[in-house]
Amino acid sequence: MKILVCISKSPDTTSKIAFTDGDTKFDENGVQYIINPYDEWYALVRALELKEANGGTVTVITVGTAPDDAVIRKALAIGADDAVRIDAEPTDAYFVSMQIANHAKENGFELVMTGKETINYNGSQVGGMISEAMDLPFVSLASKMDIDGMTATLETEIVGGIQIIEVELPAVVSCAKGMAEQRIPNMRGIMAARTKPLNVVAPIEVEKLTSFNNYTMPPAKSACKMIDPENMDELVALLHQEAKVI
Amino acid sequence: MSTLVYINSRNGIAKNAYEAITYAKKLGQEVIAITTGNADDSVLATAGEYGASKVLVDRSVATDDAQQLTRVIANAVESTGANTVVFSNEIVAKSVAPRLSVRLKAGLISGAIAIPEGDTVKVNVFSGKAFGNVKINSDKKIISLLPNSIQPEQTGSACSVEEFNGNAGEAKIKLLETKKPEGEIPLPEAELVVSAGRGLKGPENWGMIEDLAKELGAATACSRPVADIGWRPHHEHVGQTGVAIRPNLYIAAGISGAIQHLAGVNGSKVIVVVNTDAEAPFFKAADYGVLGDAFEVIPRLTEAVKKFKASN
Ligand SMILES: Cc1cc2nc3c(=O)[nH]c(=O)nc-3n(C[C@H](O)[C@H](O)[C@H](O)COP(=O)(O)OP(=O)(O)OC[C@H]3O[C@@H](n4cnc5c(N)ncnc54)[C@H](O)[C@@H]3O)c2cc1C
Repeated sequence: MKILVCISKSPDTTSKIAFTDGDTKFDENGVQYIINPYDEWYALVRALELKEANGGTVTVITVGTAPDDAVIRKALAIGADDAVRIDAEPTDAYFVSMQIANHAKENGFELVMTGKETINYNGSQVGGMISEAMDLPFVSLASKMDIDGMTATLETEIVGGIQIIEVELPAVVSCAKGMAEQRIPNMRGIMAARTKPLNVVAPIEVEKLTSFNNYTMPPAKSACKMIDPENMDELVALLHQEAKVI
Repeated sequence: MSTLVYINSRNGIAKNAYEAITYAKKLGQEVIAITTGNADDSVLATAGEYGASKVLVDRSVATDDAQQLTRVIANAVESTGANTVVFSNEIVAKSVAPRLSVRLKAGLISGAIAIPEGDTVKVNVFSGKAFGNVKINSDKKIISLLPNSIQPEQTGSACSVEEFNGNAGEAKIKLLETKKPEGEIPLPEAELVVSAGRGLKGPENWGMIEDLAKELGAATACSRPVADIGWRPHHEHVGQTGVAIRPNLYIAAGISGAIQHLAGVNGSKVIVVVNTDAEAPFFKAADYGVLGDAFEVIPRLTEAVKKFKASN
């Protein structure tokens, strides 16, 4: 089984969020980049477990520029066999998805896994877009996945519960909590990652369907009103009369 | 020109679908709703009350297979000549809208939180820590609206419901089983949420959280470590790596308010924090704070809610 895992970088979860160039660019000053947690903890680790159980290969792919190699090396240290970087600025989800779909099609991947969303743009778009471009079934928000031959059985989140479904591979799967547990790379993995192949591939021509004009920050929260812990009637009255939420 | 709105009518029509219709109406064009499945005409016709001129329903599609829904909606776009498609950014839309974007080559804005200003739409980015103003460059546009961003507005009356053949093709995804806990309010849709963290010390203490939630008609949620150690089910985990919610009221007991937790709840309209530590970061994000022991405060709050309900 040839598995392709889509990796996005995202700012460390404790990063200060600020913008530069007239609020048109994310301020990268002092920002530490990590692998988007959904991609790493759930998609990549489950892919490795599936490979360990059934054989095959796990390739990670990202659309990004040379500085992103550090993030990709971490995915290799966790256990991916090889990596592909499509050498382009990941401008919008459509652009990124078309690059990955093209590579996946040309190289015969049978399972494409993504995280549920990135924690910076929260778009939840890439998995669905890749599946349509490849004309494959898309299983979104999977919290469990097993494979038997070319049949995958998955548990997915639905409104107010879960569903168990079956799909014939090839398919595209987006991964949410429950798929796997985080793996910390060990020294051997980190050493091995240095010599694993990281192929830099030129992008294909794709137009941008959307563009970010600028960013704004939410208004500052007004001060917290402290309530006497003995007097919950007051809190209920405030929630009713002032906040109007009950 | 018209705007097509996808509504999920699998279990009746949820409030967020009416929000999407209201949003579409505010774009100023005729609004046509598209749905699939077996909901009664009388239920579907309520789309008219929020501004739809008619509802198209493809009754041949029985599941939420994204591939099928995408074909149906794309065919509806073609037959109605719509130039804009609006979704509510809930679970089904998250798998369908991106597919539709590729199929129609229509730019997709997901997570919209406001009516467009000119040609840009405001979206939540960085897990609610900032907003982005996004422009769609293509002629056809798709906007997926974050639930609970605008209030549904009932302005009209029931509309007509028309059968529609969307040429869905076959379903490639086979549904084996659906598991839905009875009587629970689904977290992503809940308007009121009661949540608790490690401060509760053990799963055996969640009774008081459930009691308060029941009294309020609220859903329950929890912090990540609580789900990780198995005190509560995974689907209750809110935050940057769990569910992101935007209820009207979020009550957090025994949760410190780490930045990753806040990322999933900062869209809440009103936040109440109960914590024994005056330095807990959550107080900075709260509207109302109670410095006290959850084990005493929560049952007291439940009693106060009971009293309030009895007198109203
Ligand atoms: C990459 C990454 C992603 C993460 N994603 C998430 C996420 O999505 N969601 C999430 O929640 N966390 C997430 N975390 C974890 C987060 O950083 C915190 O560790 C976590 O939110 C803390 O949970 P807690 O508040 O329940 O526990 P603690 O931090 O242990 O806080 C317990 C709180 O309870 C209070 N308390 C104790 N006893 C009482 C009492 N009797 N009455 C009232 N209050 C009491 C304490 O004062 C304290 O404030 C993530 C972390 C990382 C690194």
